[in-house]
Amino acid sequence: MQSKKQIIAFAALAVVLAILPWAITGGFENGKSWLRAVDFALLYIMLALGLNIVVGFAGLLDLGYIAFYAVGAYSFALLNSPHLAHVLPAWLMNPPLLVMLLIAACVAGVFGVLLGTPTLKLRGDYLAIVTLGFGEIIRIFLNNLDRPVNITNGPQGINNIAKVNIAGYDLGRPIEWFGIVFDTVHLYYYLILAFCCLIIFVTLRLQRSRIGRAWVAIREDEIAANAMGINTRNVKLLAFAMGASFGGVSGALFASFQGFVSPESFVLMESIMVLCMVVLGGMGHIPGVILGAILVSITPEILRDVINPLQSAVFGKRLFDPENLRMLIFGLAMITIMLLRPEGLWPSKRRAREFHEHDEEAKA
Amino acid sequence: MDIFLQQIINGLVVGSIYALIALGYTMVYGIMQLINFAHGEIVMIGAMVTITCINLLIGAGVNLPGPLLLLAGLLMAIPISMLLGFTIERVAYRPLRRAPRLAPLITAIGVSIVLQQVAMLIWGRNYRPFPQILPTTVHDFFGAAVTDLQIAIVILSLVLMAGLFWLIEKTRLGRAMRATAQNPEVAGLMGVNINTVISMTFIIGSSLGAVAGVMVAANYDQAHAYMGFMIGLKAFTAAVLGGIGNIGGAVVGGLLLGIIESLGSGYLGDLTGGFLGSHYKDIFAFVVLIGVLVFRPSGLLGERVAERA
Repeated sequence: MQSKKQIIAFAALAVVLAILPWAITGGFENGKSWLRAVDFALLYIMLALGLNIVVGFAGLLDLGYIAFYAVGAYSFALLNSPHLAHVLPAWLMNPPLLVMLLIAACVAGVFGVLLGTPTLKLRGDYLAIVTLGFGEIIRIFLNNLDRPVNITNGPQGINNIAKVNIAGYDLGRPIEWFGIVFDTVHLYYYLILAFCCLIIFVTLRLQRSRIGRAWVAIREDEIAANAMGINTRNVKLLAFAMGASFGGVSGALFASFQGFVSPESFVLMESIMVLCMVVLGGMGHIPGVILGAILVSITPEILRDVINPLQSAVFGKRLFDPENLRMLIFGLAMITIMLLRPEGLWPSKRRAREFHEHDEEAKA
Repeated sequence: MDIFLQQIINGLVVGSIYALIALGYTMVYGIMQLINFAHGEIVMIGAMVTITCINLLIGAGVNLPGPLLLLAGLLMAIPISMLLGFTIERVAYRPLRRAPRLAPLITAIGVSIVLQQVAMLIWGRNYRPFPQILPTTVHDFFGAAVTDLQIAIVILSLVLMAGLFWLIEKTRLGRAMRATAQNPEVAGLMGVNINTVISMTFIIGSSLGAVAGVMVAANYDQAHAYMGFMIGLKAFTAAVLGGIGNIGGAVVGGLLLGIIESLGSGYLGDLTGGFLGSHYKDIFAFVVLIGVLVFRPSGLLGERVAERA
């Protein structure tokens, strides 16, 4: 099925991904923080792929997607930290990783259906604002559920979340294999990468499945899809649930990697950023979305390092607050990319063709 | 009873500000089907420019009564906001008019980020207090306290809204705007210059936004580079609540949202036996929004649009 070239390219990519953390920690002065940024980029890829199901495939504009990330993160945090340990039954605490991720995915999926059910009738921007409101509702609850009963510990968030434990190995401590010391950032890199690959695989298969085609049909024309015998209600709910469960898994990994969670990580701006990844990369096109996620999550980090030398070079001194300047450049880059390539940086062939159609229409 | 009345009055004041901002969202949406995410930032910049201008005048030793100083600040802020709104449309939205709907949404978010960061570069990260130049007399209104400022906010908003209605219903420009909202292509064929109409829509919406920004700053005694985001969000919610694209809907939605929020924060604690306190007022607004949209998917006053193939 696959040509030799593809297999070689695939193997090369695998080698690069395997070596990448060592190249980063070995090659840069503050390599560990760079590797952390890469780990976060991997988490964002999962998030962006999840949102891509909802926005890119099914065409449902979701502005509250980060809520599912939050739900996943908090489910992990509650079951893996001392915060609720004295209330919850012991058998529920610290479940094995796969069980935990399954729980996170299911809880997030249920929330996805909860959001999807009342909004089935809504379209376009009405849906956008309701999802946005839903995201805010979740965040406000997380922020305030520390009284009268303390569940989420309010704005302080939950601390001391246990690191993942696989087959007796605690990922929170450096592990030595064959004379190489794997630090926590390295270990998490491989862990997150594994799940990231799994999610990429699942999305690729989903896209070509009956369900994936049903989603695209709904995006293109809901009435026609309905007439063709697609149960639009169930298929839309499935899109919400699927997208949400990806977010849940990503959130659970985030909670364990970060070691603490607080409502601050789940503000509306984060939802918007994930949406930007999907749209800037190329909606509905999996490689494009991955590219978008990497660019949007890594660029601000690179700018953080580059901005001060750049300022000194241009103005001769630090004229502006680097934090503002880097976000300013980021915003300008977003506008420029969209103006130059409204279809996204790496759109699917089909979408690119649709755009050309438009061009010819405009000329005619 | 007086607490109830007080909450209604507070809600009306905040609601009329929401309504003014919501008008900016809904006008743009009605004509271009675009969520102008940067509108909240224009509101913020209107407030910041006015405060700076008033402080400069006071610093220069100009001895004028408070309301006149405020007027001078507004006269500075409104043209700046207009120019900003015009430029944003020209640079970030016009090239994407034929692009799919999400592309201008992303540039709108980009513009919003840029404006926020520019504001922080100019005015810093801290809260800016609103200068104490306005009289703070408190009137007694059937047991509720009402300040001059609150009265002024409500009256000025009503006047501006009435002016906008007149503009849209009675003038040539208004007719062109309504025509463009219905069908841009046909309006263009009938001799309407669509580009001018869209520019004017942004200019009018931005000037209303700037006035609303000053009202927010005066009402809460402060302004901040991040304030545009939340107030914009609320106003947009109000516009959707009323039925986006519908001018009357924005007014109804804004006032309703203000009152709901105010009553919610006042009574939520009592209603739920202290379980949900006033810090849940934002939830209240969103829950009402979701509830309304479930039963009326196109907002309170929105027309039921036939599904287009």
